Amino acid sequence: MSAMQTNFKLAWRNLWRNKKRTLITLASIFFGVLIATVMSSMQEGSYTSMIQNIVKFYSGYIQIQHEDYWDNKTINNTFEPVDSIFETVESNELITNYAPRLESFALASSEALTRGSAVIGIDPEKENEITGLGKWVVEGEYLRADVDHVLVGSELAKYLELGVGDTLVLLSQGYHGVSAAGKYAISGLLRFPNPEMNKQSVYIPIRTAQQLYGAPNRLTSLALMVEDQYDLEKAIEGLRQKVGRPYVAMTWEEMHPELLQMVEADRAGAVVMKAILYILIGFGIFGTILMMVAERIREMGVMVAVGMQKTTLAMLLFIETILIGFMGVLAGFAGSVPVIAYYFNNPIKLTGDAAATMEEMGIEPYMYFSWMPSVFYNQVITIFVITAIIALYPIISALRLKVHMALHA
Amino acid sequence: MNVIEIKNLHKTYNTSQVAVKAVNGIDLSISKGEFTAVVGPSGSGKTTFLNMVGGLDRPTSGEVFVDGVNIWELSSRKLIDFRLRNIGFVFQSYNLIPVFTAKENVEFIMQMQGWDAKKRFERTKKLMDEVGLGDRLSSRPGKLSGGQQQRVAVARALASKPKFILADEPTANLDSHSTENLLDIMERLNMEEEITFIFSTHDPRVMKKARRIVTIEDGKILSDERKEAEVAH
Repeated sequence: MSAMQTNFKLAWRNLWRNKKRTLITLASIFFGVLIATVMSSMQEGSYTSMIQNIVKFYSGYIQIQHEDYWDNKTINNTFEPVDSIFETVESNELITNYAPRLESFALASSEALTRGSAVIGIDPEKENEITGLGKWVVEGEYLRADVDHVLVGSELAKYLELGVGDTLVLLSQGYHGVSAAGKYAISGLLRFPNPEMNKQSVYIPIRTAQQLYGAPNRLTSLALMVEDQYDLEKAIEGLRQKVGRPYVAMTWEEMHPELLQMVEADRAGAVVMKAILYILIGFGIFGTILMMVAERIREMGVMVAVGMQKTTLAMLLFIETILIGFMGVLAGFAGSVPVIAYYFNNPIKLTGDAAATMEEMGIEPYMYFSWMPSVFYNQVITIFVITAIIALYPIISALRLKVHMALHA
Repeated sequence: MNVIEIKNLHKTYNTSQVAVKAVNGIDLSISKGEFTAVVGPSGSGKTTFLNMVGGLDRPTSGEVFVDGVNIWELSSRKLIDFRLRNIGFVFQSYNLIPVFTAKENVEFIMQMQGWDAKKRFERTKKLMDEVGLGDRLSSRPGKLSGGQQQRVAVARALASKPKFILADEPTANLDSHSTENLLDIMERLNMEEEITFIFSTHDPRVMKKARRIVTIEDGKILSDERKEAEVAH
């Protein structure tokens, strides 16, 4: 048995000299890790769900645009995609799908009424694959690429007093100032969770939109999806290397900074709560270590007297402190993993006002849990840092030990 | 041949009000194989003296040579290593590591010295047989009587084949039977293996066994008697 193995054996046995005290300390770490892990899992699950909902619904994870479009969203800052763009997108293994869009504004009119609207030219099939647009059709039929029909938000249709089969007139300014006007039969009405979208949205096949705005083959964006949002960094890295000017690839984080800020702010709030929790746990561990050192001063003196280097003794005490934390974390995971596993597979359905608010934001009213590795390794790192800081006390005590005094402690 | 040479050893403790001279100029030489008792009343300075000889407490001035090495000129790390390889300790309260078995307590010293497992076990078994505890290798200190624990402590002190063993009041916590037994073992080891023993003690039974008695009072050597000399007279 090597000296290190002996140190581990000694540390392990020392921990169990006072079983009750060690078990109480472990219990405090267990509950701390359990709460922190479940809380983090719930948080990250909710963020992921929120991001997925919003990103899938509105922007996609990545968009390729003309470099001037984001700052000045006019039809004049559209781009005509070259084949290499599609080749780049299709050859990137992390990108699972893409959809072309041509977005602009128009006055939407019926016979007597007019309202401003957001016109979104889409590839009906691809858009449905990405955003599931078809599921919001509450009346009539979804779009077909080869038919010049439109889908209209239910509130807009109601305002204009139009229904399925009626004609909607769109009037706008097209590419480089050409007049844009057209009339289209309404194939269906859309009802989104977000009321603003119901009041403004007009979906139209992209070829029809390009004709309307006098912008053949032009797009405002190519929306891209990735399988997992954690693949985003890799995916965008590959794209940015290959997509050069005048194109630019933007992530959802760049397009929805307010969403990112909200998530970060919420995370920061949780960090404070977890910090308080871990500080309490830290004091519990410190109390145990304080006692362990105090009652073993003489023993430590004997060890150094008979020839153990103080650094070795310090290492032994460090191992003991870290072992307590490590066991507590393992116990905490043993408790939290089944809870997270259950709720990961059976998300909690929200009801009442909370559910209504989420639905209004276009987010499914469920509380999701996450298996993200960071949910777990963050606790390991936190406990390790806490125990490492606490271990400074026994380490310093060992290094400053006065042997002759310790022997008479 | 002197194993230990002590020259003009002083130790002064500075309290807030007065300077206390615990050891006040001791010169002493101890030869290989001596069985020496350091005696004196409480507070006479014998424990402080032994601590300085054992490299545990730094003297205010003076020198301690062990086999020609001035131990207080060694760095802290080297001094600890010197203790490991040259000095065995037996303490009044046994001071075994409670979470180790008797065997592990004895092996511990050899392990720190880097002995391989087989040699460690062989020497541990031999030493434990010598102190009459060959059948208690797996017992933890809590399962042993005071006398048995002190015998394990002696085995531990002998484990590294030290140049000498310092024993601070080794029999203070033992009953008379255990004391006799322990003294017999130490005397036998001293005779057979020529191991140098230095005790601090109040115990007349230890003094009776000792072949040299150094009496300290007020931090100074009051007398230094060799029994063989007495017999010769």
